[in-house]
Amino acid sequence: MSAAALTGRGRGPREGIISRGAAMLIMGVFTLYFLIPVWWLLISSTKTLGNFNRTFSLWFTPTSLSDFAANIGSLFTYGGGLFPRWMLNSIVYATVAGGLGTILAAMCGYALSKYGFRGREAIFNTILGGVLVPATALALPLFLIFSQVGLTNTFWAVFLPSLVSPFGVYLSRIYAASSVPDEIIEAARIDGSGEIRTFFTVAIRLMSPALVTIFLFQFVSIWNNFFLPLIMLRDQSLFPVTLGLYNWNSQVNTYPDLRTLVLVGAFVSIIPLLVAFLSLQRFWRNGLGAGGLK
Amino acid sequence: MAMKHIRFAAVVALASVALVGCSTASGGGPSQAAACAPSKGKVTLNMTTWVPGMDKVVALWNAKNPNIQVKVQTGPNGNSGTYQNFFNELKAGNAPDIGQIEYDTLPAFRVQGGLQDIGACAGVQAAKSEFSTGLWNQVTFGEKSAVYAIPQDSGPMALYYRKDLFQKAGLSVPTTWDEYAADAVKIKALGGSITNFPKGDVNWFAGLVSQAGGQWFSTSGGKWTVNLTSPESTKVAAYWQDLISKKLVSTIPGFTDQWNNAYDKGQDWTWVSAVWGANSISSGAPTTSGKWAVAPMPQWTAGANVSGAWGGSSSVVFKGSKHPAEAAKFILWLNTSSEALTKLNEVAQLYPASTAGDQLPALSQPVPFYDNQPIYVTFGDAGKVISPFTWGPTMTQTYSDVSDGFGAALSGSGTLQDALAAGQAKTIAALKAQSIPVNG
Repeated sequence: MSAAALTGRGRGPREGIISRGAAMLIMGVFTLYFLIPVWWLLISSTKTLGNFNRTFSLWFTPTSLSDFAANIGSLFTYGGGLFPRWMLNSIVYATVAGGLGTILAAMCGYALSKYGFRGREAIFNTILGGVLVPATALALPLFLIFSQVGLTNTFWAVFLPSLVSPFGVYLSRIYAASSVPDEIIEAARIDGSGEIRTFFTVAIRLMSPALVTIFLFQFVSIWNNFFLPLIMLRDQSLFPVTLGLYNWNSQVNTYPDLRTLVLVGAFVSIIPLLVAFLSLQRFWRNGLGAGGLK
Repeated sequence: MAMKHIRFAAVVALASVALVGCSTASGGGPSQAAACAPSKGKVTLNMTTWVPGMDKVVALWNAKNPNIQVKVQTGPNGNSGTYQNFFNELKAGNAPDIGQIEYDTLPAFRVQGGLQDIGACAGVQAAKSEFSTGLWNQVTFGEKSAVYAIPQDSGPMALYYRKDLFQKAGLSVPTTWDEYAADAVKIKALGGSITNFPKGDVNWFAGLVSQAGGQWFSTSGGKWTVNLTSPESTKVAAYWQDLISKKLVSTIPGFTDQWNNAYDKGQDWTWVSAVWGANSISSGAPTTSGKWAVAPMPQWTAGANVSGAWGGSSSVVFKGSKHPAEAAKFILWLNTSSEALTKLNEVAQLYPASTAGDQLPALSQPVPFYDNQPIYVTFGDAGKVISPFTWGPTMTQTYSDVSDGFGAALSGSGTLQDALAAGQAKTIAALKAQSIPVNG
């Protein structure tokens, strides 16, 4: 039964109502599991501190709309507009470093896939090893190195390490191998195109679904990267939004008014991620699927 | 391990050299000036703090001192990352000139050799008279002539209680811990809890131990003694264990929504807490406005007047600062001038550590949330009778180990006394692991 369902892919015998129901149930439970915290965050950000403690956590209060507007207002003006500054920083770190990092990863993966040279596999395996090292473990060594060149507490301290994505290189190589035919590169060479031009005009287009995937991964991991900025940055105006909110949250014991700001801020800060995901989702699915079919 | 041992020995040796240097200089020779000589020309100092609004206070200074400009940097509160950052920066050699460190963490930085002795800097020794003896002891570690920090804010403790509920129940405010325990029984009969015992706030518990005259740590001859199981400490633990066993107190983790709720709904009636707790109540339990009052802490012996402290920070100058004289001058202004203290109180509700701070007009005002009681006067009086307490060099570890034991005691396995005994053993082990000389 289950083997038939696996191989059938829609054309075979239909699944039983029980197994379908079970699948739906499991998915339903997981959907709730993932959505409830977001729902809670949305509701909480529409409450004053008093209502937050007193009223039911998963439903609005009669004054939710005006309270939400007031919360947003104080969020964006607190500390001379720190929050919008943090959002902007996060967007710059995530999009610019994510974009450049994606191109670097694509070039690297393409080169590893299309050029034969001594030590190619050794380099690739080393990069692959990099996938296994968590970014958190590298933050302290990076801090000590950046200290030596005097770059801590600067924009570059977060930007430069964010450019590197071993996983992106890995994915680019696999994808370039399967979706950029050698014949096309040959044809480009015969037509007199240089290697760099070939990459930017021909290969990069064929690889674009994978690049969207890499960009999304990079974007999310930079957006969520909290430990590196925590260690590197001291100047509030350089903070990404994650670190800024953490900063506020660490002080709610002594300054309880910050609690509302942390909740509203957390809610606002997931909006760019939602936008990025929803708008790039289509490409992303294509990317994963195309790689798998080859 | 051997490396660490050598490094610590070097720190101790350095410290004793510094000690000798200071004591010979205290007669007032030229060497004293050399130990903390002012820099020439314009200097810029970096300061890392997590006090919100500190930039506004510093702006006052910068406007008047064009030759000593201070730049404010910020981070999460100490234990949430800033202390670790300080240690990293000390290692990398780019620590800020000035940092904020809570009293319970000062010894950790001292043991690592991270603090600059500013005892020889102009005006520092004279500032001693601005602070209570207990607080001054926290920043000198009892070393002669040495000063490693200037106290910024302090957390004298008192009793917050629901005046309306006490009146309705016909109870008077407890002045001794015996009365407090007796009231707990009566309040339980009315369906409430006299207070809450949070497993995580071990530094709060330490404040209670210090009020009872207990010490958890002491040093002599460079060797630490750990004493979490002293008679006073055990007495306080037994007292609270009794309340917990009889289910007279709630056991909600502190500063959570549930905890706020217990106060907001009138479930918990009192809180023995520090001066900054006034904000925690007013924003955590907004519906109880006008119903609270503040009284001195209950005493162990009737008629006594002793208080404890919970929290509070100091300003330090880090080792490696190129301008210790200017940094010391700035942190003296920040923590003793009425101009700075007024602003700090205004932007961050800091309760000043200096006795001059008691005189701030803002601190004698009635507070509407507390039924117009001038509560800061009560806290000011408490601040004068805080019994001195010595913190250990590994408080983060001690807190977490004792908190684990408290958690077990609250869920019925073991007692608070067991938790202290376990914390004692683990703290000694942790000191040994860091090659810090320790008895036992």
